[in-house]
Amino acid sequence: MKPILEIKNISKKFRIHHEKQAYLNMRDSISSIFKKDNSSEEMFYALHKISFDVYPGQSIGIIGKNGAGKSTLLKILSKITPPSSGKIISRGRIASLLEVGTGFHSELSGRENIFLNGSILGMKRAEIQKNFDEIVDFSGVEKFLDTPLKHYSSGMQLRLAFAVAAFLENEILIIDEVLAVGDSEFQKKCIGKMEDVSNSGRTVLFVSHDLNAVQKLCANSLILDHGVILKHGKTSDVISEYIHGNISTNYWERTTDSKSEIFFKNVRITLKGKQPDLVVEVSFKIKSNKNAPPVLVAFNVSNQMGQYLGQAMPSLTPNVFNSETEYKCEINLHNIVPDEYYLGAWIGPNLYSTFDWQKEIVSFKIIDSPQESRVQYSTAFGMLFLDSKIIDLKS
Amino acid sequence: MEYEIKPKEKLSLGLDELWQYRELFYFFTWRDIKVKYKQTVLGFAWAVLQPFLMMVIFSLFFGQALKVPSDNLPYPVFVFSGLLLWNIFSTGITSAGNSMVSNANIIKKIYFPRLIIPISSVLVSVFDFLMSIIIFAGMLLYYGIHIHPLKLLFYAPIGVLVTCIATFGMGTLLAALNIKYRDFRYIIPFLVQSLLFITPIIYPVSILSHDWLKYVVALNPMYAGVSLFRSGVIDVPLEPNLLLISLSSGVFFLVVGLYYFRKTEAYFADLA
Repeated sequence: MKPILEIKNISKKFRIHHEKQAYLNMRDSISSIFKKDNSSEEMFYALHKISFDVYPGQSIGIIGKNGAGKSTLLKILSKITPPSSGKIISRGRIASLLEVGTGFHSELSGRENIFLNGSILGMKRAEIQKNFDEIVDFSGVEKFLDTPLKHYSSGMQLRLAFAVAAFLENEILIIDEVLAVGDSEFQKKCIGKMEDVSNSGRTVLFVSHDLNAVQKLCANSLILDHGVILKHGKTSDVISEYIHGNISTNYWERTTDSKSEIFFKNVRITLKGKQPDLVVEVSFKIKSNKNAPPVLVAFNVSNQMGQYLGQAMPSLTPNVFNSETEYKCEINLHNIVPDEYYLGAWIGPNLYSTFDWQKEIVSFKIIDSPQESRVQYSTAFGMLFLDSKIIDLKS
Repeated sequence: MEYEIKPKEKLSLGLDELWQYRELFYFFTWRDIKVKYKQTVLGFAWAVLQPFLMMVIFSLFFGQALKVPSDNLPYPVFVFSGLLLWNIFSTGITSAGNSMVSNANIIKKIYFPRLIIPISSVLVSVFDFLMSIIIFAGMLLYYGIHIHPLKLLFYAPIGVLVTCIATFGMGTLLAALNIKYRDFRYIIPFLVQSLLFITPIIYPVSILSHDWLKYVVALNPMYAGVSLFRSGVIDVPLEPNLLLISLSSGVFFLVVGLYYFRKTEAYFADLA
């Protein structure tokens, strides 16, 4: 079977103008013809070489933090903005719902807005006419059909908007966060409707921060982060990787040069294993500008309040030479109560002086509980779960 | 049905796509017409009232007070015939020029051929024109103007068509420029006002004393529209040279406007 959507090497870059105001005026354009100086420009990749295939009937969830490139990807798929390079082959009509009620006009009545909005979304007049009663029924605003939209409550507007969109008959539906609004009852209704849609054999691309909704609607998902796909696979796997937090800020890189002779270039962490054998693997690069005697390295783990949980001081004492060297170290996280933690890195010649100290540069989230039988943990009683056992007095 | 989404390579008019989305023309025009006179007491009467009041003012000042000649027509009829078309042009380029910016929330969220928006804006002003043509017919009767129906039926539609082409060309150009350079928000009203003076609406071309002045007026694409339309009601011969210049100017703006619009439209959503 051929994929209904082939996304091939899609990149989108933006020029960032420094020291310039965000939008252009004529004088700037004219004067920039005469100015050779382009040093204030920087390229920024909102998406970098994204590739994936979507097969007919598949529902794919797209998750990622704000600024990960999700909306840009959806905008390219819906032809609102072109990619800078790469291409997408589509074998079906795409309808995109990047917002509920696009084109709604507050002066027009509910009935008029159904037609206007439907037509902007790409429905034919006859299609809207055919589904009109169902749309009205689903939205539950039949009493106010001839009232101008400006007199509607925001909930009513939303219901009307979703109702129109729910009757789109395109083969591919692109949905962005539209369920993030409305009361829980209506959200349930929407999720139900969307389940029907994806069960009816249509292809759905669904972007949301609501992981429960993604889990419900999509068999497969992908994580976007800084414009690249971090993981693509079964939704349950993808979500568990996402909330394990080790992808949120698992990497730190020095952006400015240090005056110090020896300093960290970068630090990357990865969570490995399961409790009670959970470890965080720290890969780090040290840059040295001289040949030096052995140095000490330490990693501090702290919680969100800035309280230190503990320090790890791996016995890393080789000589450092005038070069960049990469190291890897494992820190045991056994017995730590589930929460979000930060890691900082320190390097110094001895315990009393410091070359470089980077505080709270990367973070990870522990989900597994230290004790298998127990689920609920609270950091109210400390960040460590102490090993203990009952001693049998009889023996 | 298979298609590709990729960086823009070649330019085309995209007529097939416009045809595919033809219903949107209707909906956008219909929306703008409906909304335009919402919450007004007089409603659609404004479409008629605006040119009518302007005609009255011009007739008082230029016709009565300044005694501007009017090619053997009663001055009110003369000025109204020009104003009818001028209103298509002035409201057309103003609303088309601002249309992309005022519809930014839509173009950022949904795809459709962008040309639909400025075209619909022009269609709205044509609708206003159709409303006020009733007044014009009334005036012809009132002043007892002797007309040849065939001549009127020939020249008037041509004049309207030429006006629409001029309006549409300039409107699309301004729409595309305005979304990138917001300076045009201020340039457009100024442009409309100055063009009014070099269009033979309140005066006939015959009063221009210098020939070169006539050529300046002819560079204005609206010259052709107004002169052709008026030929339907008066017997002043058309000046082919001037007409040709003006028609070429209209076509020039149409080509440049469409070219620039199509060339830049892909990035409208990023700029809006």
